[in-house]
Order: sequence, then C-alpha cells, then structure tokens
Amino acid sequence: MAIWLTENSKIIVQGMTGGEGTKHTRRMLASGARVVGGVNARKAGTTHEGLPVFGTVKEAMEQTGADVSVAFVPPAFTKDAVKEAIDAEIPLCVVITEGVPVHDSTEFWAYAVAKGNKTRIIGPNCPGIASPGASNAGIIPADITTAGRIGLVSKSGTLTYQLMYELRDYGFSTAVGIGGDPVIGTTHIDALQAFQNDPGTDAIVMIGEIGGDAEERAAAYIEQHVTKPVVAYVAGFTAPEGKTMGHAGAIVSGSAGTAQAKKEALEKVGVRVGKTPSETARLMREIMQAR
Amino acid sequence: MDLFEHQAKELFADYGIPVPRGIVAHTVDEARAAAEQLTGRVVVKAQVKTGGRGKAGGVKVADDAQDAVEKAKAILGMDIKGHTVHKVLVEEASAIAEEYYFSFLLDRANRTFLAICSAAGGMDIEEVAHSAPEKVAKVPVSALTGVDRERAREIAVAGGLPEQALDGAAELIEKLWCCFVDEDATLVEVNPMILSADGQVKALDGKVTLDDNAVFRQPDHESYADKSAEDPLEAAAKAKDLNYVKLDGDVGIIGNGAGLVMSTLDVVAYAGEAFPGKPAPANFLDIGGGASAEVMAAGLEIILSDPSVKSIFVNVFGGITSCDAVANGIVAAFKLLESRGEAVTHPLVVRLDGNNAQLGRQILADAALPRVELVDTMDDAAKRVAELASVGA
Repeated sequence: MAIWLTENSKIIVQGMTGGEGTKHTRRMLASGARVVGGVNARKAGTTHEGLPVFGTVKEAMEQTGADVSVAFVPPAFTKDAVKEAIDAEIPLCVVITEGVPVHDSTEFWAYAVAKGNKTRIIGPNCPGIASPGASNAGIIPADITTAGRIGLVSKSGTLTYQLMYELRDYGFSTAVGIGGDPVIGTTHIDALQAFQNDPGTDAIVMIGEIGGDAEERAAAYIEQHVTKPVVAYVAGFTAPEGKTMGHAGAIVSGSAGTAQAKKEALEKVGVRVGKTPSETARLMREIMQAR
Repeated sequence: MDLFEHQAKELFADYGIPVPRGIVAHTVDEARAAAEQLTGRVVVKAQVKTGGRGKAGGVKVADDAQDAVEKAKAILGMDIKGHTVHKVLVEEASAIAEEYYFSFLLDRANRTFLAICSAAGGMDIEEVAHSAPEKVAKVPVSALTGVDRERAREIAVAGGLPEQALDGAAELIEKLWCCFVDEDATLVEVNPMILSADGQVKALDGKVTLDDNAVFRQPDHESYADKSAEDPLEAAAKAKDLNYVKLDGDVGIIGNGAGLVMSTLDVVAYAGEAFPGKPAPANFLDIGGGASAEVMAAGLEIILSDPSVKSIFVNVFGGITSCDAVANGIVAAFKLLESRGEAVTHPLVVRLDGNNAQLGRQILADAALPRVELVDTMDDAAKRVAELASVGA
C-alpha cells in the first residue's frame, strides 16, 4: 500500500520534451513507473521517448486515462501549467520546477482552492513522490531504497534520499518531498494524515527545515490525530539568522521559525527528534525493530 | 532581497504613493547640501536594512542645515544591530497628526496574502500586536481577486482608522497593492503611515522585500543589489553561479542539496564542540543535485580562496548523479586546479553515500589524491574534519 501514488497510477509529464523533462521521463520509465504521455501545446501529435505528446492536460487524460501529472516546465510558465492541470481536474499534480515566483504559487494555490481542491498539488521546488516498487512521479532516485512500511515526508530533497537510503533494509510505503518554498500545495500535515490512514504504513519520518511554522503546526496535528510513531529531523540549527526585516513577519507567524523552536514543539508532543540524519535513522530503526 | 528605505520610497513614488521629499547623503557634506536644498526642518535617517533604527538613535530631527550636519555626523558610521550606516536619507520633516501601521505580505501558513492595518502605528506596533491584538486587523487578500479601492477602504476601517483618514488611506492602500503585485514583493510595509496636519495620508517609512525568484521578469530589480555590503567571497561565488554563504568558522563545506548542506553545517558544529578551538563551518555551499566536475572545481576554488579555512568536508549523497560520477568529478577538479597552479593543499574529508558508493570510494582511493581522506558516515566524517581543523591542519 501507499499514499497518493500506486502501481496503477498513470503519469503524464508537462514539459516532457525539454531537457529535464526528457531525462526524468526516461528515469521514471526505467524505474517501472507507468508514464503514458507528455504535454506540449507546440508539439501535440508527435511522439517523444516513444510516448505520445498531447496539446493539453485534458486531452492527455481523455486519451490515456492519466491521473498524475509531473511538471518540469520553466518557472515563467509554471503558473499556467498548474492552472491547466487544475482545470483538467487531474487528481495529482507534482511540480518539480525550482524558482517559481511566490506570487505565482500563491495564485495557483488560490485557484486550486477556488476550484474545489480537486487536484492535489505537490511542490513546487520539490523532488516529487515515490512509492518504492510501485511508482515514481518526479526525480527521487528509485534505486536507493526498497518497498516497505515506513512513510516519509520532507521539505528537503537530498535529506530525503539520505534517510531513504539509510533505512533501505526496512523500506518505504511512500516518500513525499513537499518542497521548501514558502507556499506549497501539500503540507507536512496532509502527508501525516494520509500516512495515519494508510494501512500499509507503520511509522513516519518527518524532515523539516528552518523557516515558517509548518513543523510547529505539524506537531499540533500529531498531538491530536496521529497514533503511529513519528520520528523527525530538523535541519538548520546553526544556519545564520535570515535577513528578515520589518515587523510583519513576527506579527504573523508568532514563532521564531528556528530549528530549536521546531524541535521543542515536536518533542513536546512525543515525537523523537534526531540530532543528525543518521541518529534519526537509528531512532526509526529502534521503532521498527520493536514491532 | 530587502530594499533600503530610500529605495522603497522611490518605488512607492513610482506608484503614486505620497512620500516626503528626500535626498540620499553618503557624507556630511552631502547631508548639508541636501538639507539646504530641502530648506527648513529635516529628518536625518540611517539607511540600514534592519528595524529598530529609531530606538537605536538612527533617526534624528534637525532644525536647519548646520544641525543636519551634526546629526549626520552622529549617524554615519553608526552600528545598528550589526549593520554599519553608510548613508542617510535627509527628508523634509512632516507635521504628523496621527500614526498608523499598514503592510501587505505573504502569509505562508495560510498560503495567501495578508493585509495588516492598525490605527496604533509607530515604533511600538510589535508590542501592540502582543498586548492588544484586537487593535491590529489582519485581513486575508486573495491573489485572484486582489484589492480595489472599495476593499482598501474596508481594510482601513477594519484597522480602526478614523473617518478623516479613510479616503487617503484607501487610495494609498490600493496603490500599495499595485506595487506589491507588479513588483513581485513579498512584503511592503508602511510604518508609520501618517495623517499629516494638513489631512494628507503619506508613507513616512517604507520597507520592501522583493522575491528573488522573480528576477527573470523584473530586470530592474538587479539595480537594487547592495554591492558594497556583499562579502567578496560571496560575490565571487555568485559570479560562478554557486549557492554560497560565508560563515565565521574554519571548516570549508561542500555538499549537494540545500537540506543536506544545512544538515552538514549542524553536524560539523556539533562535532567541533569536542575539539580545542571549537572548529565550525566556514561556509554554506550547495553544488546542487548534479555535482559535476566543473561545479566541484569551482566550489573548491572558492573555498580554497577563503583564508580562514583549515580543512574541507565534501559531503555528497549520490542520487540522480551516482557516487562514481561524483568521485570522478572530485578527481577531475583536483587536476583542473593543479593545472591552474592552485593545487589543493588543505586536508579534505570526503563522505560519499548512496548509489555506487563503493565504486566512488574505490575511484578516490585509486587516484591517491594528496591529503584526501575517505570516511564512511556523515557523523564520523564531521568528527574527522573538525579534528583536522582543530590541529591547525
């Protein structure tokens, strides 16, 4: 079992014909993911990497039955690509693109909400989602881990890979890289809720970073709703203080956004927080061994 | 990117927002000339990218040009929260009837924009927000519908602004929204937004943060960069497209992926606590997922040019790029640097993990690079690199 992405998922790639799109379409196919086509309005009707290219997300869904889109389009076009995916009501849209202006991500999020949240957005600026042994939508290396019963949700790409690799003997149900941008579609809380409800997941690894208060809110959610064991890691204890200015930020978040504040919030609700990635893996190992 | 007050006000003026007349001065003489040109009472304001200037003594009223010289003398060169004052804004003094607070910003938690408005503006707004939150209106603003004059007026009313300020405030708020959107800002703050004695609503201060991701469609924003404040190493790294931040320690750090590098800084700092002199990271350097030989060489070059670096930690997780490719990259980087006469003389600790880690380690062992040590785990590698920095290498 897995969350949001299974062996039945049919994937289309928005921006498949570009450099990154091509490279990662190949990698997804090689990992066994069911990539069924791509979208590029200017190359509709052609084939690329042996797959059909469609003019729109809607057309691609009608022709292939696709239910997942992965977007590799450049930042300037990401907003329109995601809005198109929302209009087509594709159930899952994974936005890999890095460097999307925050006015654009805020707008496509507002658009998704206005359209009734029929499309789950993951990202932007994220490595995607992988359900090892079942499917892979994005750029997470498929071969660093195995299928298993740990769920993982993370703001960071390489730290995700590090933990997936360290715990490869136990394996993962699903790993979700939600991205570290200020505005993202899927949050730690969304993933925690899905893992809590997933019979294929026994325990959860959560990776956070300095900035914002998403980890603090996740801690509050865990206290109320999560009964499965959660182990966490937070990066950035010694990172230099960000050059925030003005009073507005402090007024809004009410939290310093420091790694220490996040760690304390998580520990207060019984989450064990590793001091290093390896210690975090060891904490999870103890939990899995005790089962 | 944060703007100086004078830049923020120039931007506001472009959008038709009323601001006092002002002139930037870098020297005492320039301050005198500015005050003479403005005539009458002026305010001399330190230009630093931090809050709390007023409380730190960085904002002073001057009665005439001679007084402005004295005030500029006191403020130029001052240190405010670690920021040295290199310039002041000399501005015509405003007759203030009332002070309000206003800002538009990104509300990360709710994934929307937010307008914050309060009749209790001025230096103590943070205190007000804590002690009397009901006096500070926080109004969500949708990116889809935005703010028109009518909505702007509603926000001003919600903030408790008095009747006589509403028309002026609504106009200012509407224009400020245009500035926020059109300039790809993540914060525009006016504190205080004043009602002047003659009934005009003006921006007496301005703070603006621009979204660095939007530079591709905001070519003008490049000109706001504060080149003088840039660390020379950071500037050199930027020229090579490297994601580098200079820190205070003596252990050079190279890794792939922002999260992993941030984590590396933590692990090295923890490890350093056990050694004499407490070695700590000298920098943050993320060479990205790819970790090619060219980028590795460019990164090593920057770190080697930092005189405070005593040892170097290369911490790479081979995912998309497997470890053998990374190892070949390190070997090629050494050769590249050697051919330029910049041979690596510092001890270098390498941790390779992930895809083809064994093969990668073998490649490095076979290359027998001088002063390169391979350590299997991130925690042990951090200890070793801290130890090497501690003994002075």
